[in-house]
Amino acid sequence: MRYHQAVYEVPLLFEQCDKAEPSGRFDPTVDGAIPPELARTALDLPDLPERDVVKHFINLSQMNFGVDNGLYPLGSCTMKYNPKMFDELASWPTVADIHPLQDPSTIQGALKLMYELERMLCEIGGMDAVTLQPAAGAQGEYTGIHLVRAYHEARGESRSEVILPDTAHGTNPASAAMVGYDVLELPSKDGCVDVEALKASISDDTAAFMLTNPNTLGLFEKDVREVAGILHDAGALLYYDGANLNAIMGKTTPGKMQFDIVHFNLHKTFATPHGGGGPGAGPVGVTEKLEEFLPVPRIVHDGVRYRLDYDRPKTIGKVKAYFGNFGVLARAYAYIRMQGGNGLKAVSENAVLNSNYLKDELTRDFELPYGQLRKHEFVLSGRPLKAKGLRTLDFAKRLLDYGFHAPTIYFPLIVDEALMIEPTETESRETLDAFVSACRQILSEDPETVKSAPHNTARRRIDEAKAARDMVFSWRMRPKKV
Amino acid sequence: MGLSKCSLEMLQTMGLKSVDELFTDIPADVRIDGIKLPDGLSELELRRELEALLSVNRTAGTTPTFLGAGIYHHFVPAAVRAIVGRSEFMTSYTPYQPEISQGMLQALFEYQSYMAELTAMDVVNSSMYDASTALGEAVLMSHRINGGYKFLVSRAVSPERRGVARLYAKGAGIELVEVGYDPATGSVDLADLRSKLDGDISGFYHESPNFFGVVEPNGKEIREILGQRTMVVGTNPMSLALLRPPGELGADMVIGDAQVFGTPMSLGGPTVGLFGCRKEHVRKMPGRIIGMTVDSGGNTAFCMTLQTREQHIRRSKATSNICTNEALLAVAAAAYLAVVGKAGLREIAARNVRNMRSLSERISQVEGFEAPVFEGTHFNEFAVKSSKNPAEVNRHLLERGVIGGLPLNDSYPELGNVALYATTEMHTRQDHDALVAALEAVR
Repeated sequence: MRYHQAVYEVPLLFEQCDKAEPSGRFDPTVDGAIPPELARTALDLPDLPERDVVKHFINLSQMNFGVDNGLYPLGSCTMKYNPKMFDELASWPTVADIHPLQDPSTIQGALKLMYELERMLCEIGGMDAVTLQPAAGAQGEYTGIHLVRAYHEARGESRSEVILPDTAHGTNPASAAMVGYDVLELPSKDGCVDVEALKASISDDTAAFMLTNPNTLGLFEKDVREVAGILHDAGALLYYDGANLNAIMGKTTPGKMQFDIVHFNLHKTFATPHGGGGPGAGPVGVTEKLEEFLPVPRIVHDGVRYRLDYDRPKTIGKVKAYFGNFGVLARAYAYIRMQGGNGLKAVSENAVLNSNYLKDELTRDFELPYGQLRKHEFVLSGRPLKAKGLRTLDFAKRLLDYGFHAPTIYFPLIVDEALMIEPTETESRETLDAFVSACRQILSEDPETVKSAPHNTARRRIDEAKAARDMVFSWRMRPKKV
Repeated sequence: MGLSKCSLEMLQTMGLKSVDELFTDIPADVRIDGIKLPDGLSELELRRELEALLSVNRTAGTTPTFLGAGIYHHFVPAAVRAIVGRSEFMTSYTPYQPEISQGMLQALFEYQSYMAELTAMDVVNSSMYDASTALGEAVLMSHRINGGYKFLVSRAVSPERRGVARLYAKGAGIELVEVGYDPATGSVDLADLRSKLDGDISGFYHESPNFFGVVEPNGKEIREILGQRTMVVGTNPMSLALLRPPGELGADMVIGDAQVFGTPMSLGGPTVGLFGCRKEHVRKMPGRIIGMTVDSGGNTAFCMTLQTREQHIRRSKATSNICTNEALLAVAAAAYLAVVGKAGLREIAARNVRNMRSLSERISQVEGFEAPVFEGTHFNEFAVKSSKNPAEVNRHLLERGVIGGLPLNDSYPELGNVALYATTEMHTRQDHDALVAALEAVR
C-alpha cells in the first residue's frame, strides 16, 4: 500500500489575517450614487494577496480525489476520463464570451452546434426530437415528467400516478413528486421489473412508468418490450432514465425499446467533467407525439440560418433560463464527434467488458445477488464482511487508503450491504487488477484496521452526526469563542 | 474500431471468445447494428472543425455588448481559472466520501461562507442550477414553510425567471400571481402588493436590484406588509458589495446568480444558482449543504449534512429532486472573491455603478433617447427609452459593430420603445464611445 493523500493545515479564508495594504477610506455611496439608507455599512470579507489565495486552493485541491488521480468506480455515476481538449474548448471566447440574449445572427456557430448535438443525441437514443435545456439528469427527469403531464392533459385526461421499480435512482420518485404525481414503487422480482405485479398495478390513473435499462443492478431488463406494451395499452408513457446509457450505445436504443421519453446525462456518458458535483447537462429526447410539448425556444434551421422558435402553443414553457448549460453541451458535442458512431459503440463494449471482468474477479470474494451477466456496472453484497464484524461502509473507507475512490454504497436498497461498482471503459486492466488486489488484501486485514479506516486520507473517519447536530454551515454560524 | 490486445486477453481470461457474448442478454427484437454517425476525428481535426464552426460567433471581447438581464460580462482573474482548472476539483464528483474529498468540501464551505456574509443570511446551500431554478425552488419552499397555494412575484423580474418559476409552481399546484411595479420608480407597487395579499398566499418574491436595474428602496415596508408570509429576495450578489444585504431587511430566503463571480457567460449556462435562507428554515431547504465537524482524530473537517432532506435518502418525500448542482462554479465564486478581496470587490462594484451612471447620462444626451427610464438607484443596468423601435436600433448598432441592449417591447408592452442596457467594468471609455456614436448615427 503506497497511497497517502496530502495533508495541509489550511485555515478558512475568513480565519486568515487581513493582509491588504491600508487604502484610503472607501466611499460606500459611490459619489452619491447610492443613498446612505440603501448603502452597506459593514462587510466582513478577507483581503489576501494572490499568492496566499493560490496556495490555499492548490493545497485544498491536493486534499481532493478526482478521476485524474485514479479509479473512481462510483456506480451509476459513470466516472470516466474527460479528455483535456474539451476543457480548453469551453474556455474559448467563442464559447465562453457570448451572451444568451444576443441576436441569433451573431451566435450562428453556437446554434448550429446545439442543433447538431440534438440530431446526434436523437440518433444515439432513437428519438425524434431533443431539448438541451435541462441543467442536469434530475432536471431532465423533471422536464420529462412535465411532458408526460402535458401529453395527458392535452388528451383531456388527468392521471395521477407514476410507477417505478424499487431499484430506481432516488431522483426518479423525487422528480415525479415535484410534478405533482403520486409515486408507486414496485418491488422487483429477481432484480428486474415484476411484469405480473406491474400488470396488477396499472390503471387508468397511471401516467407513466420510469425505468433505467440496464437497471441499477447492471441487469438488462429483458422484458422491456412487454413492459412497453403493457404501458402503452393502458395509455401511459414509458420514461427512460439515461444514467446507464454507457452500457448500450450501438447495441440498442431507448427508441428501439419503445420508450417515449429519455434523458441523457452528458456528464456521465459523454465525458464532461463532474466538477465535484456539477455542472452537468440533462438533455431530453422524445418521440414525435411529444415534440410539440418540448420547452421553448426550439432551435430551428430554415436551410440557411439557425433561429429560435418560441411559437409553440403546447409547450410546457421553460425549465431553466436560456438554452441549457452550453459550456457543457459544447464539450459533449466534441466528445461525440471525437468518438464517432463506431467509437461510441466501442465505448459501451469496453465499459461492459471492464465491468464483467471486475465482477468475475470479485465474485470469488463477495456475494453477487441476482444474475451473472451484467452491463456497465454490478452490485455486490458486503454481507460476508459481517462475519468479521465489518460493514460495507468500513470496507469502502478502507479502499480510500489504497488510493481508490469507493464504489456507491447502500444502493440500490434491495441489496443488503450493497457495493455498486462501475469501472467505465477508460480504466486499464492493470488498474482493475490493482483494485481487485486491494479488495482481497482488505479482506485479509485485521478487522480493527478496516473498522478504523481511513488512515491515509487528509482526514480520518468523519463525525457526520455532529455536523447535523451543530449546524455550522458558514463562517457566520461558527461557534463564537467565549 | 475493435478491441485492443489487452481487452482480448481480458476476454480470454473470462473464457469468452467475443465481446458479443457480453450482450446476449439484449433480446434480438430490440437490437440495433451500430450508430449512424460519421467516424471519429483526431484531436487536431476536431479542433480545426470546431474553430471553423464557432468562429462566426460574435464575442463580447471583440464586439462591445450591452446585454445583461441576469447574465453579465465580468473580468475573471487568471488565478481563478488556474484554481478551477485543478483536475482534482474538476474531475471529482459529489463528495460522498468526505475523508478523501476535504478539498472540495472546504472550498464549498468557503463559498457558503462568502455568500452568507454577502447576503447576511445564515445558510447558503452549495448551489442550485441557476437563478431561475433557484426561484422555482424558493416558491416550493415557501409553500413548505407556510402552506398556501398562491405565491406572489413582482413583475419587475425577468420573463425567463418568471417562466421557470411558473413551471415549478404548476408542478406543485401553486398559482403564481404577479405584483406590478411603480411606473415612475420601477420598484414594487406597495398598494398592489397589499391588495393581492390573501389567506392562501405563502410569500412574495421581489428583486433588488430588479430586472430594470433598480435597487428596491422599500425593503422594510415590504417586510412589514408581508407579516408572517415569506419574503424571498432576488439579488445580484456583486451589488451587495455596496448595498444593504437582504438579510438585514428581514428576508427569509435569498436567491440569485453567482455567475458574476468568476464564471463566464457561456451563452447563459452553466451559471451558479445562489440559494440562502435563515437558520430556522434550513430543514425545508433544497440542495446540498456542507457542514463543519471533526474527524476521529479531533481535526476540523467538513461533510455534506442534513442529507435526510435529499432525494437519495427521502426519495418522493425529498425537499427537491436536485442531485448534480454547479459545485465547480461555486468554487470559482469563492476563488474569485478570495482573489479580489473585500477592497477589490468594492472597487469593482463601484466601477460598475460609475460606468452605469456615466453611460446612462451619455445616452440621455443623444437625440431620440432617454435614460434611465426609472428614477432611483441603479446598479449596472438601466432602461432606455427610444423614439425608434429598439430592435431596429439594435440592427443599426450591429452594423456598426456594437450589440445593443435587450428590447423589452414584447415582454413589457406597457413601456413602449424601451430596451435594457447593461455595462460592467469590462467596458472601456472607447466601448461607451462606440455605443454612443452608433446611437447618434441611428436616424
